[in-house]
Amino acid sequence: MSRWHISLILGGVITVLVAGAALVSRIWTPADPTAMDIMARLQAPNAAHWFGTDQIGRDVLSIIMAGAWTSLGIAVVATAIGGALGTLLGVTAAARGGRTERLVMSLNGVLFAFPPILSAILLGALLGPGAVTAITAIGCFMVPVFARISRAAAIQNWARDYIAAARMAGKSDARITAEHVLPNIMPQIIVQLAIQTGLAILSEAGLSFLGMGVSPPTPSWGRMLSESQTFLGSAPHLVLAPGLAIAITVLGLNLLGDGLRDLTDPRRGQRA
Amino acid sequence: MTPLLQVDHLTRHFGLGQGVVKALDGVSLTLEAGQILGVVGESGSGKSTLARIVMGLDRPTAGSVSIAGRDIFAMSPRDLRRARRDFQMVFQDPYGSLDPRHRVGRIIAEPLHLDPDAPKGAARRDLIGSLLQGVGLEPAAQDRFPHEFSGGQRQRIAIARALITRPRLLVADEATSALDLTVQRQILDLVLKLRAEHGIAVLFITHNLGVVDEICDSVAVMKDGRIVETGPMRQVMDSPADEYTRRLLAAEPRLDVIGRKARRHPT
Repeated sequence: MSRWHISLILGGVITVLVAGAALVSRIWTPADPTAMDIMARLQAPNAAHWFGTDQIGRDVLSIIMAGAWTSLGIAVVATAIGGALGTLLGVTAAARGGRTERLVMSLNGVLFAFPPILSAILLGALLGPGAVTAITAIGCFMVPVFARISRAAAIQNWARDYIAAARMAGKSDARITAEHVLPNIMPQIIVQLAIQTGLAILSEAGLSFLGMGVSPPTPSWGRMLSESQTFLGSAPHLVLAPGLAIAITVLGLNLLGDGLRDLTDPRRGQRA
Repeated sequence: MTPLLQVDHLTRHFGLGQGVVKALDGVSLTLEAGQILGVVGESGSGKSTLARIVMGLDRPTAGSVSIAGRDIFAMSPRDLRRARRDFQMVFQDPYGSLDPRHRVGRIIAEPLHLDPDAPKGAARRDLIGSLLQGVGLEPAAQDRFPHEFSGGQRQRIAIARALITRPRLLVADEATSALDLTVQRQILDLVLKLRAEHGIAVLFITHNLGVVDEICDSVAVMKDGRIVETGPMRQVMDSPADEYTRRLLAAEPRLDVIGRKARRHPT
């Protein structure tokens, strides 16, 4: 079994498991993630509470599952919006060239200069913290990434003879982009979607950690980390659970992206 | 009578100032309906630039291209779209000229975009099927993807696409250069058959003098963006007037000889 095979399978399994846990949390969690039980606070992992309980006696496994929905939801929506906008800008720049291309690329540079944390602080001041702020901040950061990748891939495509043939058929740039360019660059975009979703999970955790993500009581991995800092010595499971959840999810998405990239690499056959 | 294709003092410069490259430097040629004109020259002689400009894919720096008496660069975009039905192109690389994500039927039907009255549905399938048969493939090939075909079969698909609007002029840019010798032979025979059946004129761009010998009525020899010699095929091949043409002929390895003898003298 080659390396990309392992990445693809392992990455796919982790991603499906995390997404599955997020979906299941909508209808069932081992306990109510918001139900407090002061008598059972700060329990280490045990048979009743597999991941232990937190400082006010909530079941950590349940919070992690519900937090998966929040983290993955924000990451996926932000990446989807940023990816769609960025790809649209990139293929437009490639199709039009000239002034449009220069404008798009400078706009990209400006957007890229703002890390998500900074945009979230700016946006948070305007809109207040919450899912919309987090999605907008992370999405803005994604736009230039996708614009750059899709532009480079689209420019390569425009040089192909099948595009010349489409032009001979009198098709407009927009139509050629829709019929020939987009389907041919889709594999590269999909790979990037997986990798960027991983990055978005990290960004979302960072924003929640700083208090600029979703507000309590909506569970979030980043806020779990910040709330459990003070218990690092007495109840390390409180930090480990969200930390591992973030690390494993990001790892899974990165492996999936790597595996997909190698799968779509035309030189794959020669390398095996 | 106006010739089908008239190229007049065509010039194309790339770049600006000191670094300007004259890809075409005052090229003129004419092609009558039903004739096959070979344009030969080495890589970098400007042949492909000529093909792209004749097809309206690139604009000349100066000069004009007239097809059936009308300057294609003086037309409105709408008129040019209509006129495009009259001229289509076959590209060098049969792997790059077919979109790998489209089925063969969709690829062949693409130029029908030029024709608002093009047949749809079953009639379109029939038309594509008959074109596939015309180039020696099964009508059912239209439901398959390009990667399921060999280089020679792909080039036949590209030819079928170029023929769907019943053009009067076909430009073939090194259309056989990427193919092995027997397949080259078959494609050249197909071009000759199309000329005989449809009276289609062909601008055949190649670096291979053997190909010219096979199918062309006349030849234009290009070097550094200029035409150094032009005339009827036999005259240029047998008694070249230009020094460059003589060198080109002397350098030709004539690998095709075996295939041609086999065809002309069947035993």
